[in-house]
Amino acid sequence: MAFVEIQNLSVAFGRSPALRGINLAVERGEAVGLVGESGCGKSITWLAALGLLPSLATVRGSVRIDGTEILGAPKARLEPVRGGRIAMIFQDPAASLNPVHRIGRQIGEALGLHRGMTGERAKAEVIRLMDQVGIPDAKNRINAYPHELSGGQNQRVMIAMALAGQPELLVADEPTTALDVTIQAQILDLLTTLRRDTGMALVLISHDLGVVSETCSRIAVMYAGRIVEEAPSGQIFTHPNHPYTRGLMGALPPLSGARHRLVAIPGSVPEAAQMPQGCAFAPRCSAATGRCTEVDPVPLPLTQDHSAACIHARPYAQAGQPLHHHAATTRERAMQ
Amino acid sequence: MNAGTADLLEARDLARSYTVRRGLLGRPTLVRAVDGVSLTVARGETLGLVGESGCGKSTTARLVLGIEPTDTGSVTFDGGAMPRSGTAAWAHLRRRMQMVYQDPLAALDRRLTVGVQIAEPLDIHRIGTAAEREERVAAVMAEVGLQPHHAARHPQSLSGGQRQRAVIARALVTNPELLVCDEPISALDVSIQALVLNLLGDLQERLKMGMLFVSHDLRAVRQISQRVAVMYLGRIVEEGDPDAVLHDPAHPYTQALVSAIPHPGKTTTRVILQGDPPNPANRPTGCAFHPRCPVATPTCRTQAPELKPRRSDGRRVACHVAHGEAAAARAPASLETC
Repeated sequence: MAFVEIQNLSVAFGRSPALRGINLAVERGEAVGLVGESGCGKSITWLAALGLLPSLATVRGSVRIDGTEILGAPKARLEPVRGGRIAMIFQDPAASLNPVHRIGRQIGEALGLHRGMTGERAKAEVIRLMDQVGIPDAKNRINAYPHELSGGQNQRVMIAMALAGQPELLVADEPTTALDVTIQAQILDLLTTLRRDTGMALVLISHDLGVVSETCSRIAVMYAGRIVEEAPSGQIFTHPNHPYTRGLMGALPPLSGARHRLVAIPGSVPEAAQMPQGCAFAPRCSAATGRCTEVDPVPLPLTQDHSAACIHARPYAQAGQPLHHHAATTRERAMQ
Repeated sequence: MNAGTADLLEARDLARSYTVRRGLLGRPTLVRAVDGVSLTVARGETLGLVGESGCGKSTTARLVLGIEPTDTGSVTFDGGAMPRSGTAAWAHLRRRMQMVYQDPLAALDRRLTVGVQIAEPLDIHRIGTAAEREERVAAVMAEVGLQPHHAARHPQSLSGGQRQRAVIARALVTNPELLVCDEPISALDVSIQALVLNLLGDLQERLKMGMLFVSHDLRAVRQISQRVAVMYLGRIVEEGDPDAVLHDPAHPYTQALVSAIPHPGKTTTRVILQGDPPNPANRPTGCAFHPRCPVATPTCRTQAPELKPRRSDGRRVACHVAHGEAAAARAPASLETC
């Protein structure tokens, strides 16, 4: 059984669907990347799963932690999960930290809340956590205010606060988007090291395929409130199957070789209130056929661990493995 | 007009400092945002200016356009000295050099239609009759790929890509010879970035403009520039052909910058820089990069390196170690990697 099992999760704000049925499992200790452009629902997925959306959102489906349902669970069952078993960090650390409290106190607060630590014991643990996330001179920095630290250091403080609850899963929502590239490299390196040392699982939410591919072993690409393709990192780059995934890769300027015109994806993401018939990507898809505007595609397995929600996707053979027959037959059934 | 081969834009030794005060009672300190930057842009050429936040690349862009006055240094445009900012002569020259901004929604006025805003530079510079202006707006909108009916729309009812097209159309409406783009794609989604990069490349080729492309994104800079200059703390530290700089960076900072580019399927090891980006208000002595540099030598702590061609291949780089003037503390091959 996976640590987190999200099934058929959907979210709507009034009549506008933001998530249209997400299925995603996160194993213990695994690093999963969620990629997509703004508004595709990658953040909403986890805000909904942890019950952090405003009450006007209609949330349906199932989210199980170790087999226990937490969607719509009473506060008493949710509290130990949020910040405890699952911690979350966000894009802009300066906006998440309290500007008038010293960072040591803010990390200590998380320790008190999740592990009941106070006084000297808490202080020692705060210093240990700050060391662990690579904040130099932790003994003195404990008294610094967020504005005295750089963006990269503040993100380290946020990670220290997240670690305070000894989470089994860290959900990092665009943790490096507001940072410079050299600092981004430091933070990604830190996340990888922490995962190795603590054995926690990681969900990395990003708009940048490069960022997730280096940090995560499995990647889910989202578009218009759905996961459209899911595969191990290596396979998504060697065998991108969904036209949207291919579009995202074609849009990235290459680092070497001849300069060619970039393949831009025409048009824009559909408005939530006006989802097109059939496949949501069809109006922008260069490979779309008439059937694409009629059939709403479901994820179809292409290999043992690769699936794509496109009626034109085809199973393929992997090196050393025959064509995934089960995949082929499931697909045929789905086509009928 | 200068018919010779002289550069369209030449900036020499530009410097710009600001006085900032930290807190209500803090002592005022001098921040050197740009500290001796020289660059040239030829007609039909794109110079990419890369660097991280606070390195002074955007200030440089504003200085070359005269939007902000320089403390020292000079700017020559089309063979003539740039008139002082704010003068009539400068305002007249501005129609020949335009700017594209980062955030299209912030650069456009929500209350005015796109058509009115694209025509604005023509109104300001009193170019053409009303009918001619209308014709020119229609032509430039077609040039950037906007439909005629978009003219009547307001910015917020356009998509992100269309908005940036409108910003570019407004910059192009006066037929500028120089286009300065300040992070023109960083506020856009990946698929729209590709669209705008393609558009800027096409336009430059067709209109033979000189272009200064300011960005933190080395990928985008390589895609669009013929030459790239890397800035660190107010100075250019390396300059050369984009492919040469990307595949064989000479300056340790460029090496770290290049290796930090996230890349799908990347397998090579990465240089992780220690420490934070420096504070321009507290510039380190000698080479400004030395506190973070994995190969810094004692010389680097005291003497500022000069930007000059490397003996072996003529690459312009400002680094004692790259020039062989100081033996590296450690061989560059043993850069701290992960």
